[in-house]
Amino acid sequence: MSNFNVVGKRIPKLDAAQKAMGRAAYIQDIKLPQMLYGKILYSKYANANIVKIDTSKAKALAGVHAVLTGEDVPEKMKMGFIKDNPPIKKGRVSCFRDEVAAVAAISPEIAKKALDLIEIEYEELEGIFDPEKAMEKDSPLVHEHLKSNVLKMPWDVHYGDVEKAEKESAFVVEDRFTTTWVTHCCMGTSGAVALFDASENLTIYTNTQIPSLAQKDFLESLKAMGLKNKRVRVIKPIIGGGFGSKLDTYAYEHVAILLAYACRKPVKMVFDRVEEFKATSTRQPTVTYIKQGCDKNGKLTFRDMRMVLDNGGHTSWGATTPSVMLMPISSLYSVKNVKYSAKCVYTNNTYSQAMRGYGNPQATFAIESSMDMLAEKAGIDRIKFRKINQNHAGEETPQGLKITSCGLAECIDAVEKELHFNDNNEKGVGTGLASLIHVGGGARIYGSDGCGAILKMDDYGKVDIFTGGTDMGQGLDNITAQIVAEELGLSAEDINVVHSDTDICPWDVGAHASRSTFVAGNAALGAAKKVKKKIQDFASKLFETPAEEIELKDKMVFVTGNPEKNMPIGKLLRKAHFSPGGTMLMAEHFYDPDNQNMGKELKGNMSMTYSFGAHGAKVKVDEETGKVEVLEYVAAHDVGRAINPLLLEGQVYGGVVMGLGYALTEEVTVKNGEIMNANFRDYKLFTAKDAVKIKAPVIETDDKDGPFGAKGIGEPGCVPTAPAIANAIYNAVGVRIKDLPITPEKVLAALKEKTVKK
Amino acid sequence: MTTNISFLLNGDEISYDVKDHWTLLHLLREEMGLIGTKEGCGNGECGACTVIVDKLAVNSCLYLAIEVDGTAIETIEGLASTDGTLHPLQQSFVDNGGIQCGFCSPGMIMSSKALLDENPNANREEIKQALAGNICRCTGYIPIFKSVEAAKEMGGQNE
Repeated sequence: MSNFNVVGKRIPKLDAAQKAMGRAAYIQDIKLPQMLYGKILYSKYANANIVKIDTSKAKALAGVHAVLTGEDVPEKMKMGFIKDNPPIKKGRVSCFRDEVAAVAAISPEIAKKALDLIEIEYEELEGIFDPEKAMEKDSPLVHEHLKSNVLKMPWDVHYGDVEKAEKESAFVVEDRFTTTWVTHCCMGTSGAVALFDASENLTIYTNTQIPSLAQKDFLESLKAMGLKNKRVRVIKPIIGGGFGSKLDTYAYEHVAILLAYACRKPVKMVFDRVEEFKATSTRQPTVTYIKQGCDKNGKLTFRDMRMVLDNGGHTSWGATTPSVMLMPISSLYSVKNVKYSAKCVYTNNTYSQAMRGYGNPQATFAIESSMDMLAEKAGIDRIKFRKINQNHAGEETPQGLKITSCGLAECIDAVEKELHFNDNNEKGVGTGLASLIHVGGGARIYGSDGCGAILKMDDYGKVDIFTGGTDMGQGLDNITAQIVAEELGLSAEDINVVHSDTDICPWDVGAHASRSTFVAGNAALGAAKKVKKKIQDFASKLFETPAEEIELKDKMVFVTGNPEKNMPIGKLLRKAHFSPGGTMLMAEHFYDPDNQNMGKELKGNMSMTYSFGAHGAKVKVDEETGKVEVLEYVAAHDVGRAINPLLLEGQVYGGVVMGLGYALTEEVTVKNGEIMNANFRDYKLFTAKDAVKIKAPVIETDDKDGPFGAKGIGEPGCVPTAPAIANAIYNAVGVRIKDLPITPEKVLAALKEKTVKK
Repeated sequence: MTTNISFLLNGDEISYDVKDHWTLLHLLREEMGLIGTKEGCGNGECGACTVIVDKLAVNSCLYLAIEVDGTAIETIEGLASTDGTLHPLQQSFVDNGGIQCGFCSPGMIMSSKALLDENPNANREEIKQALAGNICRCTGYIPIFKSVEAAKEMGGQNE
């Protein structure tokens, strides 16, 4: 292994001290002169016609500056990736979270009071809440003009010959699995502050993981409002958690823009917690049918999966998650014959967006549960079964994913070593294993998967790097700083990372798909290499030595093999600036990985490399109450290279606990379209008291394309958690729970059923 | 109705006219500009707004401002020394990865401080108990426990 000075070090988060002191300013903390407060009124029904809206009383309330309804929204102002969702609805509402009016007032209290004064007459319509029923021919339609509740999406693919492979299989298992709504629960709720300058250019402070794409969305909104050729500046405050929740632009942002324009004053829109639960998007619920087979030696022969996704009342990015589900379906373990189809179906429920894993947790729950079932049917040890089918470097999967580095085998070994799968457990105790594959080298979802970086050095050897990447708490600032510092022979503290402002920072596709370390990291590294070259060229003249013999280390520039010929980097930079014919030490780099869009055939190498991992759980099931206790948890990941092991552990621990919530406790309870548990008392997150012992072995495979060998690790921690738990429960008490979350009630019911059958 | 109250805020004597319906959180954040105390739920369920009132960690979103008359309040802004040195708990949260997005951190640190001030040798179970009302979505809690334990070693109780 190479000898690194900064990469691989446990350097604390660069912004942690200001956060620890309470000085970090989140969207909640932004206050501007003359600022007004915006509030949104939501629908009273899951499905209804709006017959009449009377806003006169609200408008008359002292302190109210604007009241908007759907009639005030320009026709072309639409949200969502198919741009079919206006930020305030008119005529018809399709779910409880549909916006029907908005106000701006001098205080949040007056704004709330104004909402209460808006009178709306609805004509309630029959709602449809079960996506499988919504697919039936005579089902009522959520959007009549579409003629069907099933979205036109291309999710239907067949690689190899599944029918033939099934006939030739020695063992086949088949089952149905479901997952439900869960939500991000960022501790900092959603919010934005919008304001226009005298020339009607927009500045918007907003919690976003996609500053550049958000800028585009907002520009389109301005255009729809008749404001052409205007500028949009997106400023990100410190973000209180992302987890995918900020990968689209939302009604509250567009409404803030409309209100700010209507009042010509800054308007702040911040969600309270109830709103955060009810009006932000969830992870998409799925119904999954899976059939898998293997030959008599345990080699997988085929995998056949069919899914129905509840799309809810409108379309956000949730409808595209099958594109990522396809990755584990086609490529988790080597299997040649694969079939997958998914239908996204409109209902009058809430709608879904990106959430950590982007479909992978749902797909992997079904795949890894089924893997255990197939191993049992074939009479093969479950770990051995996975090893027979494990992925390996050099493999090209049916989907066309090219596996370059692969530490899956090492991950499984690490879990096996830490968890003692073969120990004889006491009654009610069991172990379970599940693996994962995820994109680790970007993901070409759009035409570009690129990120820009601009790097400049000052006269004192300090660096400012302006990156398109986004730090929402995960630590991209550190990753960027450590990569740049390593390349330029500096320390991480010498690097100031600026990522907060589209007026200053270059373009990026967004902080999604665990791509930031890899893509933004490579962009930063590319810029650092260019500046390094400039330093070397300049020093080469100064020292009268070939440029390739100039080294940068410990904030010094020196000649290889002749270390007395040296100069502090700062001094050299001053010379560069102050010499006649001087030069600036500055560079930009745009890194766009050489990965592929999948295209219509749903085939292509969507990422430059893939992250692998294996999770193992030891659980104890109380057969009296059905309660599952997680005794030990091991999460081993192939990360290519740990740029910062401290932050890496944080990603894994946090991911695992989010995954444990998904497995055991978390569920947005939706009854006839209405969310019933919009608070932390009833939406059960893991608390400090529920915290679990987690070991996180790190496997380094030094990926050839990653910055210093690194791959992405943002999402994997929560991907195979649910099946690892489900498999452990089966191992402990012999019941297989196929519906998340695995509540004590479900375990108890399954135990009872098992006893009756006996 | 407005009431004049007096209290100690991070060691400073404060006299303030507060409206009877204001919460302590509102007084601190919206009126006095102490943005370090966060609102995560406004309902006493997440602990982001934790401050210390007379040595007890409380959810300032549930605490009426008029009730702090005559008390001593500590908020996250009062922890670091005037020379900029972080409180041992702040430093250990920084060093041990106890902070990611940071939104829960002020509340976490204040709950931890109330615990260590009262019980400087708190064990893992007691730490878990003391932080049971503080939700974190980023860290999985493990780095936070390590942070509190490291602060304990550094003498995390009152300086």
